[in-house]
Amino acid sequence: MAQRARPLSPFLHYRWQYTNTLSILHRVTGVLLSLGFALLVYWLAAAAAGADSYATARDALASPLAQLVLFGTAFSFCYHLLNGVRHLFFDLGHGFELQTARKSGWAVAIGAVVLGLIVWLVVRAGLGGGA
Amino acid sequence: MSLKSPLRSVTYLGSAKGGSGHWYAQRVTAVALVLLGLWFVVSLAALGGASHENVVAWLSSPVAAAFAVLLVLTAAWHALLGLQVVIEDYVGDKGTRMAVLLVVKFALAVAAVIGVIAVLRIAFGVAA
Repeated sequence: MAQRARPLSPFLHYRWQYTNTLSILHRVTGVLLSLGFALLVYWLAAAAAGADSYATARDALASPLAQLVLFGTAFSFCYHLLNGVRHLFFDLGHGFELQTARKSGWAVAIGAVVLGLIVWLVVRAGLGGGA
Repeated sequence: MSLKSPLRSVTYLGSAKGGSGHWYAQRVTAVALVLLGLWFVVSLAALGGASHENVVAWLSSPVAAAFAVLLVLTAAWHALLGLQVVIEDYVGDKGTRMAVLLVVKFALAVAAVIGVIAVLRIAFGVAA
């Protein structure tokens, strides 16, 4: 007697599509933003502790590694924000048509890179410039 | 008569707990964070260099301080809800899951309170 195939969990047999990546990226950027939140609190605490602490924090944030982290945070912020709005529309029942979902997905991905760069440059200029 | 499904009274079986409240809070904080996040980035851009003077002057305004406090609290709450889902999805062992959740909750609570105190300290003019 032929063995009947057992049903598989969806993630074991769904074909990969780039929309999968968009979805998992929402989680990844969310987790990264939680680390970015720690960075925000560090910055606020340094400012509250006085000018000397703030200068130390500013130097620390100017290091190449910190700049990379800040860029990651800026990109995550923009991606999570744009894709979050996309998901809010999904929650309201809009944008589920394949064409629309793919277009909005591309818009989110491209928008996140462009806006992420802009936000990073703004933060960078802010922390670097001025007395 | 309660409108809640009787499933809700069943424990340890599927979605019998407080899922809808969690789901809704995640969306409410998301909408708030769209506004607060944009406010924060625009404020940073308008700061004209994030020198200590500028940051202190900015957060000395009651409106800016209020938004900053809201940003910290809402971000911590939204992060907690999101991280909880991720942890519950990927940490299989019940004991480990509970331990990780506790650590994340405590860490976020500490960070949020530090953030709020920092903003208030600047707002009340205590920061030198």
